[in-house]
Amino acid sequence: MVHRTPIAISLKDVTVSLGGRTILENLDLDLPAGQVTAVMGPSGAGKTTVLRLITGQLRPDSGEVRVGDARVDQLGGKELGKLRRGIGVLLQNGALFTDMTSFDNVALPLREHTDLSESLIRRLVLMKLEMVGLRGAADLYPAELSGGMKRRVATARAMALDPGIMIYDEPFAGLDPISLGVSLRLIRDINGALGTTSVVITHDVREVAALADNACIIADRKVIASGTPRELSASDNPLIRQFMQGEPDGPVPFHYPAAELADQLLATGDRR
Amino acid sequence: MNGTASRTALTAPVREMGRAGLFLLTAFSRMRFGRRQFAEILRQVYFAGVRSLVIIVISGFFVGLVLTLQTYDTLTRFGAADAVSTVLALSLFRELGPVLAALLFAGRAGTSITAEIGLMRATEQLDALDLMAIDPMERIVQPRLLAGLIALPALVLVFNITAIVGGIFFAVYLMGSDPISFWANMQSSVELFRDFGGGMLKSVCFGFVAAWLAVWFGWSARPTSEGVALATTQTVIATAIAVLVLDFILSAFML
Repeated sequence: MVHRTPIAISLKDVTVSLGGRTILENLDLDLPAGQVTAVMGPSGAGKTTVLRLITGQLRPDSGEVRVGDARVDQLGGKELGKLRRGIGVLLQNGALFTDMTSFDNVALPLREHTDLSESLIRRLVLMKLEMVGLRGAADLYPAELSGGMKRRVATARAMALDPGIMIYDEPFAGLDPISLGVSLRLIRDINGALGTTSVVITHDVREVAALADNACIIADRKVIASGTPRELSASDNPLIRQFMQGEPDGPVPFHYPAAELADQLLATGDRR
Repeated sequence: MNGTASRTALTAPVREMGRAGLFLLTAFSRMRFGRRQFAEILRQVYFAGVRSLVIIVISGFFVGLVLTLQTYDTLTRFGAADAVSTVLALSLFRELGPVLAALLFAGRAGTSITAEIGLMRATEQLDALDLMAIDPMERIVQPRLLAGLIALPALVLVFNITAIVGGIFFAVYLMGSDPISFWANMQSSVELFRDFGGGMLKSVCFGFVAAWLAVWFGWSARPTSEGVALATTQTVIATAIAVLVLDFILSAFML
């Protein structure tokens, strides 16, 4: 994959094993700066592992993880904290603090990491909430918000410190069509307005086509394809085609590995 | 049970204790005191302490009532009804106050701390803190640990006071004992440091252990509904056992 833009995040020859199972093996991935890149793949392929590698929550068994000039896999406590302040992450269900209002949720990173006055924090928070269209919900608690609204407040919280990188973990899962449209526009707007590098971890192929500048597919423990969404859709690789077209059977089988059905049905014994 | 299984059954609790100990060391090694931390500790004292007041006051009053009723009945047989306030005060200050309040605290505040932290783990709130470069140990664990340390001794005081009120209600108002001798006997038989101070020292230890176990079980809970439910139950059981064992050890050293 040839990029004209500089690389913001780069994973080189990364291998990760968890609980004796290899999740990623010799994975190479470059995410260009200032663009929206979708990291796709079937469930359980290791997409969220990539997120955890970039944020330094997980160290690879071998290989390099770079964000800007920093080697994330070698960073210690304080440097890691500094790095994380520059990365905004939207987790799957928003992960808002349920004992705080939307306003306080968004204000939290500002109060923790800056010495700004409360009146300035108030203005910043209202601006962030305005950007996600929820200034009117500033005083509501997460329990009073819908699923889509929660994620928008969480998006505002993730960009509270104006990070250079935004990572969205499954931002479209379980959203109704209207919320989904809102989310798509929001990710695009944030990318356009703030010039952030955006990483969207998802398996929603159709949304990726509408949103991403680049996309890559992780399967079989590595990146099996990368390019623009259009290039991926045109691929004749059976695995990529199965994924992009959403075919139930193909190189990724419909059935979980099992003994032959006939053998199992005809077997004697009262249990399986 | 084969050899491996029995070994695992023996080593599992030891491992768990080791992990809980390391967790506590980590929490203390990252201790930081700032204005915000102080405000959070106060908030947790409110949740763990003030919100436990109702159960502590009601239980304290009835424990005082029943304790006086039982001792009054027994002591009257020996013509020693005057000693009822001595028995009440000594048993409350030394044992019943700290132990019963700690058990009630585990049921009321401990479970809610465990469930809260377990659910924070299940709903990725702890992850979110970590990702925002806010240390969950500092923000979530430490304030709750210190709140237990502060709240339980205060609750024990309230428990003791309401129990004595219950005792007075029974002995003086219902049985017609002389209030002056009731107070005088209590005052002359209770030693400030040995009886009252010893009980308060116990309550500090119990508060610390109760908060530690509640936070630990929440922190290490599996992030599922069953995991949180199990952790909540474990908090009550483990705290009850730890408090009773610790009570014996502390009493043995104090007497």
